[in-house]
This record gives sequence, structure tokens and C-alpha cells, in this order.
Amino acid sequence: MPPILSISRLTKRYASGLAALDGVDLEIDKGEIFALLGPNGAGKTTLINIVCGIVTRTSGEVTLDGQDIERGFRMARTKIGLVPQELTTDAFETVIATVTFSRGLFGRPPAPAIIEKILRDLSLWEKRNDKIMTLSGGMKRRVMIAKALAHEPEVLFLDEPTAGVDVALRRDMWNLVRGLRERGVTIILTTHYIEEAQEMADRIGIISKGKLLLAEDKATLMKKLGKRALTLSLQEPMSELPEALSAWPLTIKSGGYELEYTYDANDGQAGVPALLRRVAELGIGFRDLATRQSSLEDIFVNLVSASTESEART
Amino acid sequence: MSQGFNHRGVWAIYRFEMARFLRTLVQSVVTPVITTSLYFVVFGAAIGSRMSEVGGVSYGAFIVPGLMMLSLFTGSISNASFGIYFPKFTGTIYELLSAPISAVELVLGYVGAAATKSILVATIILVTAFCFVPVRIEHPVWMLGFLLLTALTFSLFGFVVGIWAKSFEQLQLIPMLVVTPLTFLGGAFYSIDMLPAAWRTVALFNPVVYLVSGFRWSFYGAADVDVGVSLGITLGLLIGLLVVVSWMFKTGYRLKQ
Ligand SMILES: Nc1ncnc2c1ncn2[C@@H]1O[C@H](COP(=O)(O)OP(=O)(O)OP(=O)(O)O)[C@@H](O)[C@H]1O
Ligand SMILES: [Mg+2]
Repeated sequence: MPPILSISRLTKRYASGLAALDGVDLEIDKGEIFALLGPNGAGKTTLINIVCGIVTRTSGEVTLDGQDIERGFRMARTKIGLVPQELTTDAFETVIATVTFSRGLFGRPPAPAIIEKILRDLSLWEKRNDKIMTLSGGMKRRVMIAKALAHEPEVLFLDEPTAGVDVALRRDMWNLVRGLRERGVTIILTTHYIEEAQEMADRIGIISKGKLLLAEDKATLMKKLGKRALTLSLQEPMSELPEALSAWPLTIKSGGYELEYTYDANDGQAGVPALLRRVAELGIGFRDLATRQSSLEDIFVNLVSASTESEART
Repeated sequence: MSQGFNHRGVWAIYRFEMARFLRTLVQSVVTPVITTSLYFVVFGAAIGSRMSEVGGVSYGAFIVPGLMMLSLFTGSISNASFGIYFPKFTGTIYELLSAPISAVELVLGYVGAAATKSILVATIILVTAFCFVPVRIEHPVWMLGFLLLTALTFSLFGFVVGIWAKSFEQLQLIPMLVVTPLTFLGGAFYSIDMLPAAWRTVALFNPVVYLVSGFRWSFYGAADVDVGVSLGITLGLLIGLLVVVSWMFKTGYRLKQ
């Protein structure tokens, strides 16, 4: 099956001269949840805004369901829904009026039953006749989601949907996203909460300084880049590493009370037993020992800092 | 959705814009009634008593087309400029830009609503005038034609101003600095025949002169300039603005980065 969204060699240079996107290639399959991770200013919003028609591309190809997003803008945009990063609403409108407006704007015939379902799913039905300015921030975000869903899009972009949102709403949002996926809706979201990507996404892309560093299946990514860490809690604080342990990449933590050893999870545990033997031989006492799988967060931080360093060198 | 034309999108914008007008209906209707009445009281009584007739028409009746034009100019511009500036200001423009709606459809929705509103207000002024002075309309079809063309032209102008403006001050600037002076200098309340010859020549560079003259001709059959020229200038302005708008959309001027 051809990808629903296909982006190739996409670049964006703003009028200021800043290259916000620098040759991005990305394909999104129908029905998947794709999470785009990246530090502030990486180009996430720029990427989404180009696909949605809010920002013009400088060069590159973007097709949605086989249609170029500019030449075939009607077909393409009818299928796209967008919840932007900023909270922007028509303060003086009622909830139901603004959601009904969105459906009409996207060229769909009136469907009060569909609007009602969307508002109920987002717990907005009770507030349908309230003016938007009287709603709380979290409720306003729900209204923006309702607007994006009003025309029943096939591809939904959520630009940091859970920024500034409480735990309950975040959980609601995750449920909503899962429900949409079950109906075959493709979802592309950006987030700063790595646990969110880990929890929700099928595939994860990491972007930094306008370059897509990787786009990979979540499980593969975790396996490929996953590191394990062994932590020894020491009885006596250690100020510097003994020469005898220099064969292992160790770091001293917690003011000398912890020794951490990071190793590749795919390497088996070759180094660990040897390390522990050597530690015993040196008479270093430890109270406790723990290992953990590195999280997506570690992977993310490693990748982004590696790309920044390589840039600094060139 | 029909592939060719997003009529539902146009209708959604039109209704949205009209809803704002209808929410403040009392204000929208009462204001023109009061200001028009004031014009008749002040101009009609104070000036009209010294200058009873212009070209065989009582002074009070003579100024009615000018009053309507002044209201069409300012109303159309402020309705349309505010209509498109406000989403830019609040950020809700993202939805218009991401919708499957073409530039032409967007303009139809906003300009259509702005023109409808200003025509409604001009009609209220006309109805109020009938209560005070002996208005007659000799060429009703031409009158409607000028009414519609002028409302569309100035709504389109307002749309351009709204896209161009970067602040509320700029939004007010053009109507205050350009349109109102041109209207007062453009023979809305006098015939430019009453001006000294030199000023008359200067006045002919003011497009408002042609619009007011043509419109007044449709009421009383007398004009400062030929009615064909008036129509030509009106259409010329309209086409010029259409060119500007299409250029704005083609380049994404102040709408897209
Ligand atoms: N309109 C604009 N004009 C000039 N530069 C811009 C504009 N919009 C964004 N940028 C710049 O482009 C870069 C990418 O911005 P973008 O908003 O896409 O980042 P982001 O990944 O969404 O960041 P965040 O996580 O903070 O939302 C940034 O350096 C930003 O300053
Ligand atoms: Mg962003």
C-alpha cells in the first residue's frame, strides 16, 4: 500500500534566512501513529504547517494520498485535520457554532449527529452553548480538537496536543487517539513528553535543527539503540576511578556513592560478570546493584547531542 | 464536496461574518438612523436654509446619495478589513489557510458579507431619508447597480487593507486618512460645479467624485460628470483591486510565511 503522506527533500527557509527544514524525507503509512520528537526550534511545527498549507515550502515534494499538497490542495486538505500548537479560538463564538463552522469550511454537509458525537467524546456537550472565552485552557484545547475532527479527517496532525494539559485530559486525549486509530485515522503528533511517544506511537521520528535524524519503528528503535545501565551503590565514596577498572566505561555519580556502567543491551552481558569480579578483587564493597533499560529519553538525548557535536566539529 | 467549488465553505464564512453583525443588530440599525437624522437636522436646517436648492433638488434631498455613499465606503472598508484582520490577529487564520478553500472562495465569503452589511446600512439611511426629505429615484436599476458595485469595490479594498494591516492602528489609518477626506472633498455634500474652476480640475482626480456623481445621477438625473465615465471608473477600481487581491494570494502576502 502506498504511503498516505510522502515527503521528500523538503526544505524551508524563512524570510529571515533561517533554514528551519533541511532536506527532510519521510513516509507515513495509512493508519499509523507517528510521533515526531525534537528539541525546541527543531522544525516540527514548520513541517506540520507546510503539509497543512499554513507555511509555504521552499523546495521538495509533499503528497497526501498521492496528491500534491498545493496542486491538489482541495483533495489533500479535505482529508487533513490540524490541532495547532498555539491555543487560538474565536472567543465570542459558542462551542457548537465554531465546530459547526469548521465542518462547513471544509466543505462537508451539515451533520448535527456527528458534531454531537465529537462533542460528547470530548466532554464538551454540556458546554456546547457556552462562549469559548468562558472556558478554561484545557477546555479550549478540547474545542480545537473538536474543530479539527468536525470534517472527519483521514489524517490528523496534533502539534503538541498535551502541552499544558492535566493528567485527566492527557489520558482522555490518548484514549481519543487510540479510538481514532481504530477507525483507520492516521495520526501524526509532536510532543516533548517522551513517555507519551513511547506510550502512544507505532513509529518515532527524531528531528533536530531541521534534519530528520531517524524515523523508526518504536520497538526496533528501542532495541537498536537501547542501552542498559548497571549501577553499584558503594559503601565507601570513591573520588576517582582505580586504574584497574579503566577497561570499563564507568562514571562516578551521586558524589562518589554510585558507580554507573553503561553497555549495549545487544552485546549480551559479557562485560558485567568480569566487572563484578574485578570490583570484588579490588575490595570495593557495594550495598546494592541495579540495572535498567535505557528509555527513549536517553536515546533521544544521545542522538540530539551527538548531532550537535558533529555539527560543532564540522 | 463538489470538486470544483467549495460553496459550503463560502457559506460558512458568510454566515459567520453575518452572525457578528446580527449579534449587534440594534446597534447596527440604530446608529445609522440617528446619524442620518442628525445630518438632516444640522445640514438641512443650518445650511439648507441658506442654500435651498442644488440643480432643482432641495438641499436635504441632494445630500442623500452622498450620505449613502459615505456610509458604503466606510462601512464596506471597516467590515471587510476587520473581518479578515481579526483572524490574523487572534491566530484563527490557521484554519482558513488549512481549509480546502480557494482564494476566490475566501474573498467571496468575506467580501460578500461585508458588502451585504454595508448595503443594509445604506438602505436604512435611504429609508430614514424618506421620512425627512423628498427623495426620488429616477433610475432605480442604475441606483442598485452603483450600490452593489460600490459596496463590492470598497469591501474588496477593505479586504486588502485587512491583509496588509499589521496593527489595529493601521486598520483605522486608511479609512481615516484617505477615504473620509476624499469623500468630503469628492462632492458628497455639494456639486463640484459649485467649486472655482481650478479646484474643479483638482477634484476630477478624486475617484470618489465619479462614484458620487453617478450615484446621484441615478436619483435625480443630473450629474457632475458623464454617467458612463462614472461606471467606467467604478469598474476600473473593482478590477484593479481584484488584481491586487489575486497577487496577494499568489505570493501569500502577509498571510503565509
Ligand atoms: N515565521 C517564522 N519566521 C522566521 N523563523 C521562524 C518562523 N517560524 C519559525 N521559525 C524558526 O524556525 C525554526 C523551527 O521552528 P518550529 O516552530 O518549526 O520549531 P518546533 O520544532 O515546532 O519547536 P517547538 O518545540 O518549540 O514548538 C525555529 O528556529 C524558529 O525560530
Ligand atoms: Mg512547535
